[in-house]
Amino acid sequence: MAAKKGFNIFAHELVPEHRILSEEEKEELLKKYKIKISQLPQIKAKDPAVQALGAKPGDIIEIKRKSPTAGVYYYYRIVVED
Amino acid sequence: MVAPSTIKSLIEKTAPHLPEKTRKELYEKLIKYNEKYKLKKKEVEAIIEEVVKEYENAVVEPGEAVGTVAAQSIGEPSTQMTLNTFHYAGVAEINVTLGLPRIIEIVDARKNPSTPIMTVYLDEEHRYDREKALEVARKIEGTTLVNLAQSMTMDILNMEFIVEINPERLEKSGLTMEKIKKKLESSFKTAEFEVDGYTLIVRPKKAEKLSDLRRIAEKVKSHRLKGLSGVGKTIIRKEGDEYVIYTEGSNFKQVLKVPGVDPTRTRTNNIHEIAEVLGIEAARNAIIEEIVKTMQEQGLEVDVRHIMLVADMMTIDGVVRPIGRHGVVGAKESVLARAAFEITVQHLFEAAERGEVDPLNGVIENVLIGQPVPIGTGMVRLAMRLPLRPMEK
Repeated sequence: MAAKKGFNIFAHELVPEHRILSEEEKEELLKKYKIKISQLPQIKAKDPAVQALGAKPGDIIEIKRKSPTAGVYYYYRIVVED
Repeated sequence: MVAPSTIKSLIEKTAPHLPEKTRKELYEKLIKYNEKYKLKKKEVEAIIEEVVKEYENAVVEPGEAVGTVAAQSIGEPSTQMTLNTFHYAGVAEINVTLGLPRIIEIVDARKNPSTPIMTVYLDEEHRYDREKALEVARKIEGTTLVNLAQSMTMDILNMEFIVEINPERLEKSGLTMEKIKKKLESSFKTAEFEVDGYTLIVRPKKAEKLSDLRRIAEKVKSHRLKGLSGVGKTIIRKEGDEYVIYTEGSNFKQVLKVPGVDPTRTRTNNIHEIAEVLGIEAARNAIIEEIVKTMQEQGLEVDVRHIMLVADMMTIDGVVRPIGRHGVVGAKESVLARAAFEITVQHLFEAAERGEVDPLNGVIENVLIGQPVPIGTGMVRLAMRLPLRPMEK
């Protein structure tokens, strides 16, 4: 996991918080935005952040972005194979 | 007079969908005016409702052509940028590409920027002391024989390559002649090395031709003796009360492992390196920061929302893609949209070969054939189920 890199990438200023959504949260998200899972932005399975979380292809990652306009907002990406 | 807790709960109740920042600002302002004018509960409610209304009016309408607006908003100030600026990073003599060339570089997602630069921050221990900062800089700075040599000669008679080392530079780099010899010996099995004072003699083991000697000499010359690969000169600058190292060249992955470096703040201007080491979300942030920084340097201001949109489009696939026919535009579904952009004939031929069908869903296709464009009110479609035969009673 993150240990092999020597430091936690989430500690870096540029990296926002990432979190894996549970199955129920996934359902809820897709219902809320009335979208199919394939319409979400993607993130590669080999992405350092995905690897650090241990997410698998098919998981949805919730990203807590800091924004100069909105303060904090959430962005979602689906993990895809490379 | 209304209690602050009432204001908070009122905001949470009436305006839960507002962005966090707006809610916070609203709360702070309300507290302030409440003290001044002793508002009534009804008044507070009215203010919040008014703010919600204003917010809803300001939100982008569905069907708004945000991409076009972003392109125009970034494009217009770009015309005022200097066409080619090489600027110095502060007092130091490091070259940085700025202005329009830099913007193009970012948006094209070049694998290697023309002037890669790292900004290395140091940890608590090394931050405040120049000597300690130098120590870290030495570990990072790449050094080759060329950097240390005073003169280099080729002795054709004895088939030797002789390097005179500058003692001053040698000391500055923290290397010794012995260390250089050892390092070279372990990397070059095909040659012998001899040290005599500040002179290094390179003798290829089997060199019949002059070209062999030349080849080995070239390799020895540019062999990295210490430091990180890809990194050249380093410069230490004082920023506020701490020392920061700037490097010419970039090796982000390795620099984070160097002891003394603060890995949480250190960065590079190579966006691909950031994507590789810190992930796509960090790369998105880096794109935004780099564009904003470049614009600011030129005294121009673009609303971040436009830049955020560009960065979002560039990273939507999980990899950093350029804007252009190899990236974002090239990935468009519609043949006509791609053909309308660049290399028209090739796109049409390829589409014909594959038998592609264009459902004419996008904007460009419809402009091209002269139909109403699915933008704004044009997005709305009506569906109606007509009774084919009169309904039975």
